[in-house]
Order: sequence, then structure tokens, then C-alpha cells
Amino acid sequence: MLIIDTDACIGCGLCEDNCPFDAIHVEEGKAVVGDECTLCGACIDHCEVDALTIDKEEVAGIDLDAWSGVWVYAEYRNGRIAPVTHELLGVGTDLAKKRGVKLAAVLLCESAGDVPAELIASGADIVYTVEDPALKDFTDDAYGHALEDLALKYKPEIILAGATAIGRSFIPMVATTLGTGLTADCTSLEIGDDGHLHQTRPAFGGNIMATIMCPNHRPQMSTVRPMVMQANESDASRTGEVISETIAPERLISRCRVVKSVYTESNQVNITEADVVVSGGRGLETAEGFRLVEELADLLGGAVGATRAAVDADWIGYPHQVGQTGKTVASKLYVACGISGAIQHVIGMKSSETIVAINRDEKATIFDIADYGVVGDLFEILPAVIEKLKK
Amino acid sequence: MNIVVCIKQVPDAKDVRLDPETNTLSREGVKSVINPYDRHAMEEGVRLKEEFGGKVTVVSMGPPQARAILEEAISCGADDAILVSDRAFAGADTLATTYTLSQAIKKIGAVDLVICGKQATDGDTAQVGPGLAVRLDMAYVTCVQQVSTVTDKVVVLERMMDDGYDEVEVELPALLTVVKEVNTPRFPSIRGLRKARVADIPSYTAEDIGADVAMLGLGGSPTQVVKVFPPEPKGDRTILTGSVDEIAEKLAEIFRESSIGG
Ligand SMILES: Cc1cc2nc3c(=O)[nH]c(=O)nc-3n(C[C@H](O)[C@H](O)[C@H](O)COP(=O)(O)OP(=O)(O)OC[C@H]3O[C@@H](n4cnc5c(N)ncnc54)[C@H](O)[C@@H]3O)c2cc1C
Ligand SMILES: Cc1cc2nc3c(=O)[nH]c(=O)nc-3n(C[C@H](O)[C@H](O)[C@H](O)COP(=O)(O)OP(=O)(O)OC[C@H]3O[C@@H](n4cnc5c(N)ncnc54)[C@H](O)[C@@H]3O)c2cc1C
Repeated sequence: MLIIDTDACIGCGLCEDNCPFDAIHVEEGKAVVGDECTLCGACIDHCEVDALTIDKEEVAGIDLDAWSGVWVYAEYRNGRIAPVTHELLGVGTDLAKKRGVKLAAVLLCESAGDVPAELIASGADIVYTVEDPALKDFTDDAYGHALEDLALKYKPEIILAGATAIGRSFIPMVATTLGTGLTADCTSLEIGDDGHLHQTRPAFGGNIMATIMCPNHRPQMSTVRPMVMQANESDASRTGEVISETIAPERLISRCRVVKSVYTESNQVNITEADVVVSGGRGLETAEGFRLVEELADLLGGAVGATRAAVDADWIGYPHQVGQTGKTVASKLYVACGISGAIQHVIGMKSSETIVAINRDEKATIFDIADYGVVGDLFEILPAVIEKLKK
Repeated sequence: MNIVVCIKQVPDAKDVRLDPETNTLSREGVKSVINPYDRHAMEEGVRLKEEFGGKVTVVSMGPPQARAILEEAISCGADDAILVSDRAFAGADTLATTYTLSQAIKKIGAVDLVICGKQATDGDTAQVGPGLAVRLDMAYVTCVQQVSTVTDKVVVLERMMDDGYDEVEVELPALLTVVKEVNTPRFPSIRGLRKARVADIPSYTAEDIGADVAMLGLGGSPTQVVKVFPPEPKGDRTILTGSVDEIAEKLAEIFRESSIGG
């Protein structure tokens, strides 16, 4: 629990101001902590008189040195390596170097083909492959058991996976069976001077950032947000070792059966992986109007995004919704057309690199987070830009 | 069918505003509500009960104030509610949370189906559902967008994937996490409200659920939040001005640059 040294506390209120959870209040000149406290430690950093401490019993840690090496789960589905895999190999290269260990990729699939070579070209020193017909379709238990068994055999210190539908689904199972910590949806990973992995992630819909560590357990596990880390330049001359592994058949029996997989065709580009996202909101007025957004996206080779208002109006399908209850994108370019900038939308796109907003209301909150703003009528601006780009 | 729905109390996203000066959460007047996804989890539980018979129990781990969302769940059709509340749970990461919830659910007895939301809008990890399934030794499917058939042995459903969706058949007992497409939650009924007012909602402590104290709260959590800080504020913005043609020209240039470079 959070302990307040009432002798040291001067009742300055810095902790109260900096508590993300509204859990501390100064009463009668002293800080008092309430039930909302999550022991996040934000107050401790801000206290200038060192009046706050968190009482945490040191757990008898496991033998950390028995675990070594950095692993990346290589997501492979429908004949395609998920782009985030290359990004993970990019950041994994730095982490492995800093730790002086090897970088390995783990590939679970029916048949590996050339994929191991691609993973090596992207930075893997070792590729562990498990090829089994039971892994043809993704099921949490079969994939989870396979990764768990390999992790127990080789004992890596770090396991990274993409924060994709698949990664966020089965990686928590592996962390739970291994009894270790897992940090969700990381946007930054570093090895600290203490040798541990410092994992930074947004929480509260991106309103706060938290740095999280897993100091006494191994492996240290993270899912990592797509489009954030930098992939290595692919180098076909790199060499590496491919190790083929077999998992006991009973471990690959799933209690789930995939009857069929449907790949949505209207969704040519997966918006979470797109470099350019052009999004439309209620300002487009009609399904007809929304076509302008699609046309612009096409011209820029990008994907189409939408606010919930546009999705609810049936101008476009839910897979395109950006925001708290939709997808999170971190594109190079995000163009917001006729979007007011409600927080629930903004948290799904604000980590994009360049944000352009077009809105006729100069007070629209979308302008607060935009890099470039245009105050004007969409139905004049968009057709004009489309014309220019066509030339 | 014995159904358990897990719900969490979170700050109301509608009220959450960024303070433009400090870029931190302004909490003035922020209400606590049911996690939006959990409304859909509740609705799905009640819907399946109405169709196939059985019982829905909602469970929430949280401070005593979380009782409010459990009452709301009853007013929306849940039969029973259980609060799991003890100071010993404070500071739990998802590993400790799933341990605590699983201990509470095991106390309920034989459960056929557990339904969770896809993720909570505060912690945002989406890790509790899968972890809880492991602890309860259940099959699980995440991001369920439609439940089509339920028999006494299996559930047939659709799970959302990044590139489309999968139709999946899962053996019972199972745990599902749901997205909002799965249904449209109902509003409380008059009868439900009356029922909620008199509902007897037990509160389980660590001892009640037979928990190993070492696995609870901060002590039972392998992850530690070591620092919390506001995200980096955005730099200055440029408002483009001029005639429609001039603006369009500048935009075209920005689009070309930022989509190719960088
Ligand atoms: C729990 C919860 C979850 C939610 N999740 C999401 C989510 O995931 N994603 C999401 O997007 N929303 C979400 N919302 C909804 C969100 O709060 C907003 O209602 C929504 O984002 C508004 O969409 P909009 O910007 O398209 O519409 P509006 O807010 O109506 O904005 C339309 C804008 O268009 C401008 N405009 C109109 N005509 C023109 C014109 N001719 N030229 C230029 N500009 C014009 C207007 O000035 C206005 O700013 C959620 C809400 C809740 C409560
Ligand atoms: C800033 C911050 C960052 C954090 N980062 C991490 C992290 O990276 N890894 C980690 O392990 N923990 C993390 N935590 C701790 C985590 O928030 C808690 O463990 C929390 O109890 C559950 O996680 P969640 O809110 O992400 O729930 P989610 O896993 O997102 O919730 C999914 C579903 O599980 C059910 N559920 C969740 N919590 C409860 C509950 N208390 N009662 C009933 N049902 C529930 C609901 O159905 C919900 O829809 C973090 C906490 C903070 C404050």
C-alpha cells in the first residue's frame, strides 16, 4: 500500500495534482490516500519531501540469469507475415544487442516455405519453426501451448508479439501459464541500466503514458503496437540458423475449431497497417458525400477511416471505425474530414505522424491535435484537392 | 445454462477531457460507469439466458463503490451479482486480477459460459479475458462480434480479426470476450430497477474466496508501473489560408510529402 509519512508531508498538494486516479487528497494539511489508489507511483515521483513510499514485499525472485535471448513471435496468417513482425525484429535487434544476446523469431504455421529466410533477412539470428497441420488456422490454445512449450525449453528473457487481434488474444494465455507479467500495446521498449526491459504504453485511452517493468519474473513479455517501431532494412545476405521444432500432438488439440475465415474485400488495406488514412465524419452528410473520402484515400494509396457517427449512419462498415471502440491507427498521414474531434475518436488516431484536419467550424477540437488545419467547406476543398492530385 | 459476466467500473469516457495546457486528464466531475464493452457482455449473457434458459451472475472486482454498476446490471436483467472487494486486491496487474476473479467464479460453482468485454477503457490491456479462461481451464475466443448458435456442448460464433472475421465453433465451458457489434444493450426495466433496489449483493473478501494472499494485489503482480506521465504534447499547428485553389494546392503538396517521405 501507499504509505504517507505524515511527519515529512507538508501538505503541498503536488501528489494530489499529479495523481491520475484522483486517489489522494490533502486533508487538514496532510495527504490522505483513498481506495482509488492503484499504487502506480506517480505521486512518489512528484513528492519533493520524500514523504511517500510504496510498501512492496520483495518477492523471492526466480533465477533471472537462467533466461537469456530475445524472442519475437512472427505472426503469419493467410500466407502473409504481419508487417509488425518486421518492426519487432527491428526493435528486437537493438534490445538483443544491448543485452549481448541473440535475436530469435518463432514461427508457428502449417508450412514455413521461405518465411524463415525473410525473418533472417529482417534481423533474426535464429528462427524456431513449428510446422504442423494443427496450426493451419489460428486457435488460442494450440498456438498458446506451442509458444509456451518452446519458451520453457529455451528460456528467453524477453518475448515480443504484435498488439494485433492474434497477438492480443493468445499472448495473455502464454503469460498466464508461464506465471509472468505482460505489458499491453507498448509504444516504446528499452533496456534500462538495470538490465531490465522498460516498457512504455499508453493507458486511459492514451491520456496517460505508463512505464512498466517486470523485474522479478521471466520472460518479460510485451505486445507492441503496430506501425510504431522501425523495421530493419531487409538484407538477403544475412545468415541465421533455422531450428525445426516438434510440439507434442496432444498439446496442439484445440477446443476451438475454425469453420471458415472470411477476409473482407472492401477492406483492401487494413487501416491499422496503412501509412495513409483518410477519415470521414458526419460532416460528409450522406453516403454519397462519403465517397469523396474514399476517392481521396484511393489517390493517396491509403485506407479509409471513419468516426462512429459515419459508421452508425451506414456510410461505411465498422472495420473502418477509428477510436476508442474502433481501431487505433498510427499512420504517417491522417486526414480528418468533417470530424469534430471527440475524445473517443482522437484517442484512436492522435499518435499519427502528420494530422491534417478539414472542418468548417474553426472551434472544432480536432484542430487542437492537427499539424495542418483547413477551416472551410469540405464540398469545395475535397473536390479541388482531388483534382490537383489527379494531375 | 449458468452464465457469469465480468464487469468493471471505469471513469466515464464522455467526461474525460484533455487539459490542453498540461495535456493530462482533467477529472473534474468525472463519473464512474460500467466499462462500455461490459454492457454488451451483460446484454449477451441476458440474451442467451432468455433464449436458452439458465441464470446470469455478474461479478466485479473493485472498491465498494463498484456496487453501483452491479445494481445497474441487475436492473438490466442479471439475476445475481457479486462484488469482490478487499484492500488486499489493490495494485493488481492482470495476472493478479485473473487469479482473484477466477477464485470468486469458482465459488459460484459449475459455470458453462463466462462473458467479458474485449477490454476496459482505463487499463486498456484486453488481457483479463484470456488470462481468466486459462485460470478456469476453459476454452476461449476473443473479440466475438456475433454468437449464432448455442447447444449444450458448443457455441458457434464469429470472432473479429484484423483482416476480416473467422467463424469458430468452441466447446463449452468457454469464455468469450465481446466487441460492441455483438448486440445492442437494453435499458433498465422498471421491474429491473425495483429488483436492483432490494437486491442482496454479497461482497467477497480475499478470505471468502480462499485466496492465497501472495497472489493478490501488488504483491501478486509481476508487472510494476514504475512511472506515469502525460504523453508528449503535439507541436504547433498551421492553419492553411487563401483561396480554395491555393489551399488545395498546399494540401496536395502536404499529402504528397507526408505519404511518401518520413
Ligand atoms: C463510449 C463511447 C465510445 C465511442 N467510441 C467512438 C469511436 O471509437 N470512434 C468515434 O469516432 N467515435 C466514438 N464515439 C462517438 C464520439 O463521441 C463522437 O460522437 C463521434 O466521434 C462524432 O463523430 P463526427 O466527428 O463524425 O461527428 P460530429 O461530432 O457531428 O462532427 C461533424 C463535424 O463536421 C463538421 N462539418 C459539417 N459539415 C461540414 C462541411 N460541409 N465542411 C466541413 N466541415 C463540416 C462540423 O463542423 C463538425 O465538427 C464514442 C462515444 C462513446 C460515448
Ligand atoms: C496505467 C496502467 C497501466 C497498466 N498496464 C498494465 C499492463 O500492461 N499489464 C498488466 O498486466 N496490467 C496493467 N495494468 C493493471 C490493470 O489495469 C489491472 O490489472 C486491471 O485490474 C485489469 O486490467 P484492464 O483494466 O486492462 O482490463 P481488460 O483486460 O482490458 O478488461 C477486459 C475485460 O475483463 C473484465 N474485467 C477486467 N477487470 C475486471 C474487474 N476488476 N472486475 C470484473 N471484470 C473485470 C471485463 O469484462 C473487461 O471488459 C495497468 C494499470 C494502469 C493503471
